Amino acid sequence: MVEVLANDLPALQVVIPLVSAPLCLILARWPRIVWLLCLAASWTSLAIAIELLDQVLSGGPISYAMGGWAAPWGIEYRIDAVNAYVILIVTGIASVVMPYAHQSVAKEIRGDRVPLFYTLLMLCLTGLLGMTITGDAFNVFVFLEISSLSMYGLISMGRDRRALTSAFQYLVMGTIGGTFILIGIGFLYVLTGTLNMADLAMRLPEVTQLRTLHTGFAFLVVGIGLKLAMFPLHLWLPNAYAYAPSTATAFIAATATKVAVYALLRFVFTVIGPVIAYQDLPFGEIAKVLAVLGLVTGSFVAIFQENVKRMLAYSSVAQIGYILLGIGLATVMGLTASMLHLFNHALIKGALFMAVGCLFYRTRSVRLDDLRGIGRKMPWSFGAFVIAGLSLIGVPLTVGFVSKWYLVQASLEVGQWPLAVLVLGGSLLAIIYIWRVVEIAWFGSPSTRAAEATEAPLGLLIPTWILVLANLYFGTHTGLTVGVANLAARTLAEGLR
Amino acid sequence: MRFLQLYNYEIAIFLAMVGLYIVVSRGNLVKKIAGLSMFQTSVFILYISMGVVQDGTVPILIEGVQNYSNPLPHVLILTAIVVGVATTAVALSLVIRINESYGTVEEDEIHQQDESF
Repeated sequence: MVEVLANDLPALQVVIPLVSAPLCLILARWPRIVWLLCLAASWTSLAIAIELLDQVLSGGPISYAMGGWAAPWGIEYRIDAVNAYVILIVTGIASVVMPYAHQSVAKEIRGDRVPLFYTLLMLCLTGLLGMTITGDAFNVFVFLEISSLSMYGLISMGRDRRALTSAFQYLVMGTIGGTFILIGIGFLYVLTGTLNMADLAMRLPEVTQLRTLHTGFAFLVVGIGLKLAMFPLHLWLPNAYAYAPSTATAFIAATATKVAVYALLRFVFTVIGPVIAYQDLPFGEIAKVLAVLGLVTGSFVAIFQENVKRMLAYSSVAQIGYILLGIGLATVMGLTASMLHLFNHALIKGALFMAVGCLFYRTRSVRLDDLRGIGRKMPWSFGAFVIAGLSLIGVPLTVGFVSKWYLVQASLEVGQWPLAVLVLGGSLLAIIYIWRVVEIAWFGSPSTRAAEATEAPLGLLIPTWILVLANLYFGTHTGLTVGVANLAARTLAEGLR
Repeated sequence: MRFLQLYNYEIAIFLAMVGLYIVVSRGNLVKKIAGLSMFQTSVFILYISMGVVQDGTVPILIEGVQNYSNPLPHVLILTAIVVGVATTAVALSLVIRINESYGTVEEDEIHQQDESF
């Protein structure tokens, strides 16, 4: 029995959260059991993810035929260093967010909707894991829509009525993005007659000069770009992050865009191949320009936000710029920096949004005015915010420093020192917007809301601090992350030369 | 005559553009959803057109027929139709709740209310 299950780990990775979603609805009368079920499901997922990564690191890529149908005909789940690493990020964040959810959700969401919230959270996890693990191009679209549809629901559950309009805005843009991806996949299919990624990669080089391929690639990049909030396509993100419930924001901000980046990497490097993307088509230049625009404007706009969650959302747009920059450089070093920043940004943004969630738990507001003087009332919550903020800026000993170090090195390696300057300039802007919050929240005289606030409960503080300490731990013990990120980057870059 | 031979692709592109234009230009949220549905539906036509095999029949078992259309795009599109229905359902339910809390489904009126808020 155990052996049978061990062989089916790739399927279980997706099936466990998928099955627990309807169970949440069936058990809706007992919210506590629903929560325990989700907690168990996400921790099991994390255990499977660790086991899969271990298997990949020791024994090379795993191919799993879904339902026993062999690869080019059936749906293949294919796990190599790249997606094992991304799965670890997603399940890791889910495992930390889930204990945090219990008290935060109880406070922010109306009682009868709590089980629905967990159902959507589990579906969202299913979609994200499925998108990452699958080796079938059409399957990516299906899982993408599962995660997106549940995300619209999660965002709309925010207490503010603007949550509804931002969910609607995201739905419109997300659906256009998803449909663009569908068109792109259709073009690849019509050229090759296959949907299996490995099979596509083998057959596409025969048709490199056809315009259908170039058009399909453009559709894919724009579609995935909408999902990952690439600079001019990021308009849905600030509102969606700002008005969603704290738990949903922490989870979505730390995982959804990362998985979209993974999908982009997969299509560019494995399916289409870097030769077509970077040499026949100007993907590298476009990625670099959009990355730079994103990281400058994102950081700059963040400085002027009055809503802390919105500020962090704009900072996410900027951080996605850093990730995209590494991809645009198209070197092993650049890809390593991007893969590292996927992991590190998940830790940073997860910690920041959870710390803001702690402040919101007591003050019921995330406006800077209302948070005046909160630092001295809630030192642990705000301390978490400050340390994660330092990590966002990229202070040494934190994870933010590690990824920026590699990104600067990658820029210098190809002789593009202006990019290195821009990366450092982005950090300076981050100092400004993080300092602004620190100044008001620590040194301001307490607002009426802050005066009544007391420290957040341990149920929120412990998960938040786990992520904050992870920021420090992985900032000083870089062996594991850099090792895996480098392996993943080399796996992707096989086609580069 | 090549233009006419590819007419279903042209219809698909036309529908997609009309759908996108409605999404962008209309301020009424329900009309936006209608445009979005149209955009998605155009992709269904695109996919089904891909599966056509010249002089092929429908892809079911018939005695003596060797040449039939490719059934795979049809199956893919069944999935995409489900996704489309789900998206429309979620979008409409969001509109209902927006209407409950704002009393309108016009985009500019919603913005006005949020600004004064």
